[in-house]
Amino acid sequence: MINLTIDERKVSVKEGAMILDAARELEIFIPTLCYDPRLKPYGGCRLCLVEIEGMSRPVSSCTTPVAERMVVTTHNDHLYRLRRTILELLLSDHPNDCMVCERAGDCTLQDLAYFYGLRDNRFRGEMRKFEEHDANPFIQRDMNKCVLCGKCVRVCDEVMGVNAIDFAYRGLSTRISTPYEKDLDCEFCGQCMSVCPTGALTSKVWAGEGRRRMDVKYTDTICPYCGCGCNITLHSVRDRIVKVNSRADNGNKGWLCVKGRFGYEFVNSPDRLTTPLIRREKNGDLEPATWNEAISLIAGRFEDIRYKHGPDALAGLASGRVTNEENYAFQKFFRAVIGTNNIDHCARL
Amino acid sequence: MAGLSTVFGSGAMSNSIEEIEDAQTLFVIGSNTTEAHPDIAIRMKKAAKNGAKLIVADPRKIPLVQYADLWLRLRPGTDIALLNSMMHVILEENLHDPSFIEERTNGFDDFSRGLKEFTPELGEKISGVPKDDIIRAARMFASSERAGIYYTLGITQHTHGTNNVFSIANLALLTGNLGKESAGVNPLRGQNNVQGACDMGCTPDVLPGYQKVTDQKVREKFEEMWGRPIPDKVGLTSTDMIGAMIDGRLKGLYVMGENSVLSHAHMSHTIQALENLDFLVVQDIFLTETAKLADVVLPAASFAEKNGTFTNTERRVQRVRKAIQSPGEALDDLTIIGMLSSRMGYDHVRKIVQATGFQALSSGGRYAYPEQAFREVCFLSPAMAGMTYLRLAEKGLQWPCPDQDHPGTPFLFKDGFPKGRADFTRVSYEPSRELPDSEYPLVLTTGRNLYQYHTGTMTRKSKAIEAVAGQAYVEISSTDAEHVGIGNSEMVTVSSRRGAVSLQARVGNIVPPGVLYMPFHYAEAPANALTNSVLDPICRIPELKVCAVKIEKSG
Repeated sequence: MINLTIDERKVSVKEGAMILDAARELEIFIPTLCYDPRLKPYGGCRLCLVEIEGMSRPVSSCTTPVAERMVVTTHNDHLYRLRRTILELLLSDHPNDCMVCERAGDCTLQDLAYFYGLRDNRFRGEMRKFEEHDANPFIQRDMNKCVLCGKCVRVCDEVMGVNAIDFAYRGLSTRISTPYEKDLDCEFCGQCMSVCPTGALTSKVWAGEGRRRMDVKYTDTICPYCGCGCNITLHSVRDRIVKVNSRADNGNKGWLCVKGRFGYEFVNSPDRLTTPLIRREKNGDLEPATWNEAISLIAGRFEDIRYKHGPDALAGLASGRVTNEENYAFQKFFRAVIGTNNIDHCARL
Repeated sequence: MAGLSTVFGSGAMSNSIEEIEDAQTLFVIGSNTTEAHPDIAIRMKKAAKNGAKLIVADPRKIPLVQYADLWLRLRPGTDIALLNSMMHVILEENLHDPSFIEERTNGFDDFSRGLKEFTPELGEKISGVPKDDIIRAARMFASSERAGIYYTLGITQHTHGTNNVFSIANLALLTGNLGKESAGVNPLRGQNNVQGACDMGCTPDVLPGYQKVTDQKVREKFEEMWGRPIPDKVGLTSTDMIGAMIDGRLKGLYVMGENSVLSHAHMSHTIQALENLDFLVVQDIFLTETAKLADVVLPAASFAEKNGTFTNTERRVQRVRKAIQSPGEALDDLTIIGMLSSRMGYDHVRKIVQATGFQALSSGGRYAYPEQAFREVCFLSPAMAGMTYLRLAEKGLQWPCPDQDHPGTPFLFKDGFPKGRADFTRVSYEPSRELPDSEYPLVLTTGRNLYQYHTGTMTRKSKAIEAVAGQAYVEISSTDAEHVGIGNSEMVTVSSRRGAVSLQARVGNIVPPGVLYMPFHYAEAPANALTNSVLDPICRIPELKVCAVKIEKSG
């Protein structure tokens, strides 16, 4: 363990940890835009600058490893002014259209502008005017709002190994681009969007309804697709799912796939079954019925078949889709109530 | 699962997802992991970046191949020849783990005699994998301290699927890759709660917790709790149910959340079977192809509309939480089953609920809330005895978790196998049942793609997903395409002895010459109209991964 002092408080952390990690251990807040503990240290945004006793210039705390007896200052007037200036520069060619931005209320850049009280900007000048023309159905890319933190590029490389995007051009023209500036053509896992600290990457799937607001309810649950069992958080407004994301501190580290992140539309589909249906005549149509009628009919027919042909003339197919409790109750129904072991599910398919 | 239960006395992923990152060698066989289990593939890619060796065995050039150190492009259905010849090399070069074999296994001598004939030359002849690659794979796998095997239905959906699983288990036993971290035999389960459905006893031979229905003591325990006699005869598997419907032994079927028409092999056969029933009940969230055939359709709640638990592929039981109300009169499955149980005169729930130490708020055959059913499961299955909703709240728990203080089990067999010693099984190669001939000259194999899910009941409702993956397709090699005169994106007809479908051709290098590939998500061009319903004799799994077909330009 390495012992050091941060803002006059002592802390000991693992060797190889960065100063930023140590500060977070003490719950000292250092602003960042490009930092994500799930990605390799990068040091791009320079907001996390700190002073180290004996060093002439500030260093970025997210890329500087701790050392024994190091004395670190994370907040003073000088650092405040440096950070404020960096933010001012970032905002100098930002569209500032927070009122209609998809990420308002859930935007690191907006939060920092608020904390540093940045209403005016000393650096007025040329603005970036990139055209948006990406026809992919999942991810909205507005490079005018990009702060070039590189998180999206890194997650796509380090985590997904897909490398669908990278930095392109220089200076004011710098942007994150697909090869030959074509439409995004990747796995659409949305990891890039989930780490973006601004409104540069948002989703077309929940455009216009995913923004943080008072009536959104958050429910932690499990993805309904494959067997990985990823943790997801459903964002719902009354009885409608409006967005899905995943917390970074869970088993799947917040990473999802295209189905888990964007494939929730079925829940609120108008095609959902909303009432029991009964075929009253052989070869007739399925017609709406009450629960009472449906349950009575099933109970009657099952009893009838069991009486005439024995319990083994009935069988049940359970499901890899429903809960443990429901599967348990289903097999129990067949074994204890009907009296047969004719019960199976889709594991073979 | 039957395969693994036979060998180890337990059938599930032996190790955890998180451990993948620390493996030294990963052997992925019959699993298109990046598309079917994307989150697990993330770990595999991370492991490869950390320096782990990645061996991929698959006839298709699946996306994982680009991260692999070695790609073994075997012919569909020849896994045993490949695995046996790898093990032949391991024995020949003394790369096996004699102390593990000595201390923890049975049947090594007979098994090793069976490997004699499987030289790398024979392996190459049958599987098409160059013998040098077989030797390299054997060395790569056997020379690392922690080597894990990962597989899915590419291994099991064959007439010799159980033997494939035995063969995989043999490889792990031979190299001592069980009972430690970042190793093991790891079947990746394809659905959110298919592991749970197995754990809950939704199979014809076992009660919850893999307790055999043929065991009288087990039955007595359940009978006392449930207050009803339990039949001692093993029931029908889902695939055998189809036959029993056709010959009239089965009269009534109750399907909860399965689209059998599209998911079973040989679709016209499945439809004929369902139509032959006197009475079919389907409980689902949509009017699926199967529900359309039903006499009664019951509207169920989706995952977002209920409380409960799912068990993922690494045996982790996790909480499912209700976010919204169901549409219209749809009800969760637990409530529906409770209503039906009560109506059929079952009223034992109150007594059970009291026995498990819960307040008896329920009445008749109904549970008042899901945790009552969960408590009952945990009361009856020792591997889950230590679980409660409270303990599951944060990260879930991996079974076995036998008591309230047990932290759960990330990897199995640390202190031995449930049945004591694990068995080697002598496995010989048998070709798939339906091989190409002059009339049907190509092999069809089936699977999933990244965007759609299973029979598409859920994903096909998503406009964005449909925009990128809304069209059914068949993959064909450029060689075969040229031979038949098919261009990319042209409409083609693929037919087998059982049916024909029309869909778009994707010409490329993903499949090798002689092989076609179709995802089975698309009702308008169902892959299972073509597949062969012939079954593995032990597991009763249909041979969905190999059948003979022909392809023509649509007229």
